[in-house]
Amino acid sequence: MILFEVVLSGVLIGGMYGLVALGLNLQYGIARMMNLAYGEALMGGAFTAFWFFMLWHIDPFASMLLSVPVAFAGNWLVYRYLLTPLIHRAANPEALEADTILVTFGLLFVFQGLALVEWGGEYRGYTYLAVPVDLLGATVALNRLIAFAAAIVLALALYWVLRETRLGGALRAIAIDPLAAQLVGVDVPRLSALAFAAGGAIMAAAGMLVSMFLSFNASIGIVYTLKALIVVIMGGVGRMLGCLVAGLLLGFAEALGAYLVDPGLTLAINFALFLLVLLVRPQGLFSRG
Amino acid sequence: MAERQFASWWIALAVVVVAVMAAVPWLLSAYTVSLLISILAYATLATAWAVFSGTTRYISLATAAFVGIGTYTVALLSDHLPLAAVLAIAPLVGFVVALGVGLSSLRLSGIYFVIFTFGLAELIKQLVIWYEINKTKTLARYIFVNASGTLIYGLLLGTAVVVLLGAWWLSRGRLGYALRVIGEDETVARHTGIDTTRVKVLVFAATAAVMALVGAVLSLRYTYVDPNIAFNSLVSFQVLIMALLGGIGRPWGPALGAVPLVLLFELLSGTFPHHFGIALGICFVVIVYYLPGGVTGLIERWPARPWPMPRHRKPS
Repeated sequence: MILFEVVLSGVLIGGMYGLVALGLNLQYGIARMMNLAYGEALMGGAFTAFWFFMLWHIDPFASMLLSVPVAFAGNWLVYRYLLTPLIHRAANPEALEADTILVTFGLLFVFQGLALVEWGGEYRGYTYLAVPVDLLGATVALNRLIAFAAAIVLALALYWVLRETRLGGALRAIAIDPLAAQLVGVDVPRLSALAFAAGGAIMAAAGMLVSMFLSFNASIGIVYTLKALIVVIMGGVGRMLGCLVAGLLLGFAEALGAYLVDPGLTLAINFALFLLVLLVRPQGLFSRG
Repeated sequence: MAERQFASWWIALAVVVVAVMAAVPWLLSAYTVSLLISILAYATLATAWAVFSGTTRYISLATAAFVGIGTYTVALLSDHLPLAAVLAIAPLVGFVVALGVGLSSLRLSGIYFVIFTFGLAELIKQLVIWYEINKTKTLARYIFVNASGTLIYGLLLGTAVVVLLGAWWLSRGRLGYALRVIGEDETVARHTGIDTTRVKVLVFAATAAVMALVGAVLSLRYTYVDPNIAFNSLVSFQVLIMALLGGIGRPWGPALGAVPLVLLFELLSGTFPHHFGIALGICFVVIVYYLPGGVTGLIERWPARPWPMPRHRKPS
């Protein structure tokens, strides 16, 4: 029975990792930009929900009306005015990658520093729908269940857009080959910016969901950036469904490790998985070839 | 002929600088000596970082991990062994850990290597905390070593001189050439007969040993160490940005970049401690956009172009 509870808690947090990784896949898989300030949108979304709830007793879900558009616009501006000039000046893909890593690390420090100055470094959290629910014999908090359900709905909606709409087809074409996509009339710069901005918006939504049941502070962004990256590598860059499954796997592995070894070693488990996947299957667990 | 004369001028200048630096600690206030200690430590770290990362273009954020290993070695052993032995063991530990890390992670390219090395300091920190809490039940360690500021200063000055000379010697030899070829194109490097894995791992481990030594010497300043102090991942970023500011194209560039940034960070942590991260972030963005070749690159371009235009303004 205890094992079932471990699996359940792993799956519930894993859904969140899946969603977070989907957003990174939009930025890294489609817009082809490694954004190390990616997690800062999650931190922003979590703090927005926190302040809305604590100051004005506004439902966390309503806070997304502010945090999601702001994250979308912010990420679009970053892509358009900070990263696009780097694309134009780069001599080769390696130089572009090094430049984007450095600039987005800089942004990470700026956003994290601003949050530290404004809101301090302590861990925050609020009590929202902390009602115990009986699920097949195991007890779970209602807020975890709702956050998981919302994450899965968002992820599947995104998957549907990418799979079934004309816009999604164009985005997938860019993920496969930006040059060829340009040749068949896809507006690559505009849609890449859109994908990048949408990735940030998803991260803000994930921040609101995470804040419902986990504590967070101003430095939490990079933790989720790392987890998202690990999941994207496990699931395969550019592969959406693979990411969702890999997210569940990571959550499961963390929960199992915390239960069997020690909760203080989750990061070690993350990195062990990261290395293992990169060394054994660098193309991702679910890719062919 | 003129070039040789030019070179001998530089050597004479370097000798004078080192001689003056060796002579001054008795004349200066304790605060100035401690500031010079920071400059020497970061200059050494930035030089060591650039020897590997600047040439091969594998951007390593593991500096904090190796500095922390040096610091923690002193914390663990200084009660049991004489100082000289501890200072000899620390770089060895750094070297061995780096061999393991290098063998498993240097096959990763680009962003994956960056992320892995970034996580390494955090990972080692978590392992040390876990070990200390569960096995030894002590999270804080005291360092009872009687080391004066002058001794630390002398040790670091010696290390800095050796490392700078080493970096200069490396940049002129076969090994430095091999590293640069790996940085340009690793496949080509392999095809020309360079044993890329051996070169990368050995140089990575050698620079890690230097970082561990610097961490060990710096730890003599502390009386108290815990994993959060020893493994401070900001150090990796500070070292990286110093090397970039100085310019990684010349062996003495990174050390040059350390001077203004140590002073700036010192000023910031004294006056605006909470704005430190913001300033560091802005430094990153400004340097990438406006000083892509670092200060040394700027000096070398000086006659041709008096002011560096942002390169992206160039019509494509």
